[in-house]
Amino acid sequence: MSAKPLGLLAQFETAADIMNAALAVRDAGFKKWDVFTPFPIHGMDDAMALPNSKVGYFTFAGGLTGFFTGMSMIWFMNKFDYPLVVGGKPLFTPLFAFPVSYELTILLSAFGTLFGLALLNRLPKLHNPLFASERFKRATNDKFFVFVETADPKFSETETRALLEKLGASAIEEIQDTKD
Amino acid sequence: MAKAAAIPAGVAAKADSHDHHAPPQLKVAEPPKELEREPLVLNNRSLTWITDAIAGVCEKPMPKWWWPAFILSAGTMGMMFSLIAYLISTGVGVWGLNQPADWAWDITNFVFWIGIGHAGTLISAVLCLLRQKWRTSINRAAEAMTIFAVACAGIFPVVHTGRVWFALFPGYLIPFPNSNGIWPQFRSPLLWDVFAVSTYGTVSLLFWYTGLIPDLATLRDRATHKVRRFFYGLFSLGWTGSNRHWSNYEKAYLILAGLSTPLVLSVHSIVSFDFAVSQVPGWHTTIFPPYFVAGAIFSGFGMVLTLMIPMRALFNLHDIITTRHIELMCKVLLATGSIVGYAYGMEFFIAWYGGSPYELYAFKNRAFGPYWWSYWSMITCNVISPHFFWFKKLRTNVVFVWIVSCFVNVGMWFERFVIIVTSLHRDYLPSSWGYFTPTWVDVFTFVGSFGLFMTLFLLFIRFLPAISITEVKAVTPQADPHHPLGGAKGHHH
Repeated sequence: MSAKPLGLLAQFETAADIMNAALAVRDAGFKKWDVFTPFPIHGMDDAMALPNSKVGYFTFAGGLTGFFTGMSMIWFMNKFDYPLVVGGKPLFTPLFAFPVSYELTILLSAFGTLFGLALLNRLPKLHNPLFASERFKRATNDKFFVFVETADPKFSETETRALLEKLGASAIEEIQDTKD
Repeated sequence: MAKAAAIPAGVAAKADSHDHHAPPQLKVAEPPKELEREPLVLNNRSLTWITDAIAGVCEKPMPKWWWPAFILSAGTMGMMFSLIAYLISTGVGVWGLNQPADWAWDITNFVFWIGIGHAGTLISAVLCLLRQKWRTSINRAAEAMTIFAVACAGIFPVVHTGRVWFALFPGYLIPFPNSNGIWPQFRSPLLWDVFAVSTYGTVSLLFWYTGLIPDLATLRDRATHKVRRFFYGLFSLGWTGSNRHWSNYEKAYLILAGLSTPLVLSVHSIVSFDFAVSQVPGWHTTIFPPYFVAGAIFSGFGMVLTLMIPMRALFNLHDIITTRHIELMCKVLLATGSIVGYAYGMEFFIAWYGGSPYELYAFKNRAFGPYWWSYWSMITCNVISPHFFWFKKLRTNVVFVWIVSCFVNVGMWFERFVIIVTSLHRDYLPSSWGYFTPTWVDVFTFVGSFGLFMTLFLLFIRFLPAISITEVKAVTPQADPHHPLGGAKGHHH
């Protein structure tokens, strides 16, 4: 097992502390770092200078696919492949095809959204070195964490640690690459 | 280690500020006491307390009542499946419906269950878009209720076709290439319904699961047993609480709420088209879509209260599902109940004002014909009972609220029965008049659907957090970096 250090994990106690820490780490110019919180904190995206999420594009693609799938499916089935006059009504109009196409728009938009979410977040992820940390288990409970990767060009074992300490971290831990 | 932050907390208020000096303090008067809202989580509970209280429910062994309740529910569910097997092997004649009432308890039960689901989506999606923070305490269980109610609803229209394999397999309902070379007929609202209900069930499940991911991660991190850790770990997909993930997650959640809102309105509108698009007097009315949607929300909130009031008492969740939550739900019952009452009146007015003798007869027959008892049961339960909630004293009396919520459930079942059976049982020609009476199979199949619903709900309480841990935390002051309880310094002196 190689024990390559991956980065420093700093624990913070309150929402305000993690917010300040995020602002300071961003201002120090780090790029490969992240914040872990038990719930989304309002304003954290700005504090980390994250761009607007791209999930919406996946939703739109899904919705468009759904709508045109519905319309073309109904046209194919009721006008082209199996034309059957019922009550003297037209074989196809977008009006009676609308309710089903509308539902399919929503159905595939929802699938697109979830697919986009999984893709953008790279989930499911089977292995994460952070889970080796006993402390990190509380990231889904009541503690807040900053993780700065060694891969970041600004990273320095001593200076980064000093910065995190200065920001009020209650504990700092080195995370190892646990992959065999 | 020094807890003092290097940057004064005030800076956090302006994310773009790079200033390391404390901003000038503004003197803002405290708001008057009566304007302050009651907190959503009582007694200033800590984040860990919230995790322990909610996750604890599905981690500790279930209380003594759980097993008897589960065995009873599962037995009732088994009875329903046996009766369905009896129906499929014998024919739909085991039910009481026949000419002229070809739809009776089957479609009544279908609309009843689908309607119940609507409160879950309303709470999770519409209240999310309206930023009603109180939804966080009840949305998880209400969404679960939605999914289970849709499962119960789906059974009836499928089974009422008798030979279910035709309905499901070769292209009558679900488009499927088949050797007969036929395709479903998309001009029929019954087919729109197939798509509406299946989309509704699927999207509700996806929305519910998305909301569950961070909570499953919490359960994974708390799990002491290997099997639990494996399954919660598998379904939480490796969630860490990374803010880069939260950013996408929050957007996805908002979009799903935005998708579910038009969906929930369309589903019951389309269910009402099953009736409104036909020519049957009593059904052929334009008021049906909004009236059905309001009725669905009314019935759903009734069921949410029927389930939540015992749940909060049995698992001691009074600090999270507070009296304020119950009061707010009562207000929704009052509002939607009033809309439903208005719709009943307006239907009668239009039946008279429209000048169609058949329409007017259908409505007179509804109130004063042989099914008068079902009509007046419906009026008592749906029009009269919600109006008790004008009084705060009654809204805050949980036992009273629970009893009224049961009346709402009963009343809304009668509403669908009234709409369906009273409109059908007297056709245009008196020679085609009849009186529908349910058989024992009708009755016990319906009772059995409650068994399925309760079995699923009990399993849900057993294995999943019945309240959203993440979302409840997010609305506490501890989650707010600008609040003193969230660690902010220098704001309040």
